[in-house]
Amino acid sequence: MGMTMAEKILARHSGRERVEPGELIEAEVDLMMGNDITAPIAIKRLKALGMTRLPFPDKVFLVMSHYAPAKDIQSAEQIKISREFAREQALQHYYAEGSGIEHVILPEEGWVLPGDLVIGADSHSCTYGATNCFATGVGSTDLAAAMATGRLWFKVPETARYEFTGVRPSYITGKDLILHTIGQIGVDGSLYQVMEFAGDTLDSLPMDDRLTMANMAIEAGAKAGIFPCDAIAEEYVAGRARRPYTPTASDPDAQYARHYKWDVTAMEPLVALPWAPENIKTVGEIAGTAMDRVFIGSCTNARLSDLRVVAAIMRGNKVAVDTLVIPGSRQVYRDAMREGLLEIFMDAGATVSAPTCGACLGGFMGVLGPKEKCLSTTNRNFVGRMGHPTSESYLANPAVAAATAITGAITHPKDVAARELASV
Amino acid sequence: MRFEGRVWKYGDDVNTDVLIPARYLNTSDPEELAKHALEDLDPDFIKEMRAGDIIVAGKNFGCGSSREHAPIAIKAVGVSCVVATSFARIFFRNSINLGLPILESAEATEAAERGDVLRVDLATGAIENVTRGVTHHAKPFPEAVMKIIAAGGLMNAIRDEVLAREATYAQGATA
Ligand code: SF4
Repeated sequence: MGMTMAEKILARHSGRERVEPGELIEAEVDLMMGNDITAPIAIKRLKALGMTRLPFPDKVFLVMSHYAPAKDIQSAEQIKISREFAREQALQHYYAEGSGIEHVILPEEGWVLPGDLVIGADSHSCTYGATNCFATGVGSTDLAAAMATGRLWFKVPETARYEFTGVRPSYITGKDLILHTIGQIGVDGSLYQVMEFAGDTLDSLPMDDRLTMANMAIEAGAKAGIFPCDAIAEEYVAGRARRPYTPTASDPDAQYARHYKWDVTAMEPLVALPWAPENIKTVGEIAGTAMDRVFIGSCTNARLSDLRVVAAIMRGNKVAVDTLVIPGSRQVYRDAMREGLLEIFMDAGATVSAPTCGACLGGFMGVLGPKEKCLSTTNRNFVGRMGHPTSESYLANPAVAAATAITGAITHPKDVAARELASV
Repeated sequence: MRFEGRVWKYGDDVNTDVLIPARYLNTSDPEELAKHALEDLDPDFIKEMRAGDIIVAGKNFGCGSSREHAPIAIKAVGVSCVVATSFARIFFRNSINLGLPILESAEATEAAERGDVLRVDLATGAIENVTRGVTHHAKPFPEAVMKIIAAGGLMNAIRDEVLAREATYAQGATA
């Protein structure tokens, strides 16, 4: 019987021929990541153990992304713990404030690669699966143990296969494919499983869209989301890989827990209404719902291609509501600046901030007040996620966010484009 | 490892908010957290439970937040192990990392009622319901995980390895 790509990666990293779903294994980890919220707890556990030197400092990535630049004294203290630890251990991969969000930086810089086994003390670490690696979110104790030994235990998950067929219509992005999926299966629809994405739609699905989809695997309860290493992925990693890598494919006779297949050719852009990402409607169904603000950012949708789409819609227009754009990394910020995108945002009256998680987790920078409604390109819209418990987040793709910023109410991007043509 | 204790039986989807209410999360002190274990689910639990008692519950036990406070509280209050139909993913990891024994068995869960006495053998996965005279089998944990639980958690399990390595650093420094 064949194996899925996730099973092959776990087998290879645990020195075995094969693994079965449900088995518990110990595996070598290629890369381990902590952020300014989760790393300090792990560091505390390592110090309690009496550890003075990391055995694999090259595998440790610390990213100051959530409350950085520090929003208050407590967050400054958290960052200080990580920074001092990084200095003391002479870490090569310490990303200071302004570097951006871990899930944007690591793929972009070519650190997470096909065949890798990656852990991150952040639930959206599953993002990295877009590059054909097995990547999963863990707790701070897990991170501490992996940092101390280079290994971690795993329960081998089942894999469910999600196949998309047909060519995407315009304005249908990876965000819409994953929102559709979660809307169909629910927020626990792939609990503990690996979501393996497949189908001919992938043949023209860019990496940024794949990163968005893998990012939201956790929103269906999954342990990981994973894409094949096809020509698009190969091209993406070949130009940036920092280490040798091992493209890994599922066997034709691999066992899947479930198999879904959806035709994308008639899909419409989608919006997830409060209070869960499974609460899906088409833009058409809720067009005209007034918003108080728009947020374009986060590890889900703040990459260069996202910002290009936003700029194309904002160019020559003015925003009708407070609109915040946060590029996902310093590189994205720099590229957007060089291409003139930031200027378009500013001319439209939007605010552009330094790379950070910001409004996504309601921590700082664009926090929502009581009953405020926000159209957001982020991944979670639980109660209070972006601020006050009565505030409301609506999740959508960047084109819908940009169109909504222009009109102040949920708008199909084609309607803004039509308006522009009419005014010529 | 063997445990014997009385059953505290609960239903499906017991979430981390009722295991340890969010209002107590401003501390990570196990003794403090233990005072409020299961408070919003079953106020009698904390008053009447005895060290070694066993929680038995339905599917998706420990769903919700990823915080480690829930298994910390259950362990600190003296629960010897949790038997459930299934566990939520991060609760499962956190429990083992913190050294809280957990076992999955739908049959054992179904058969047990509040107050029954269970005898659990972690090594074999046998769950004997002494009161009812039936035995069910959970899949026993692999050796690696047994080692973690026996050591009292993941950090304890790796302690020797870390200290041995530290000792070689110290030798290097004096040589
Ligand atoms: S952008 Fe949002 S979801 Fe992504 S890592 Fe930051 S807080 Fe988490």
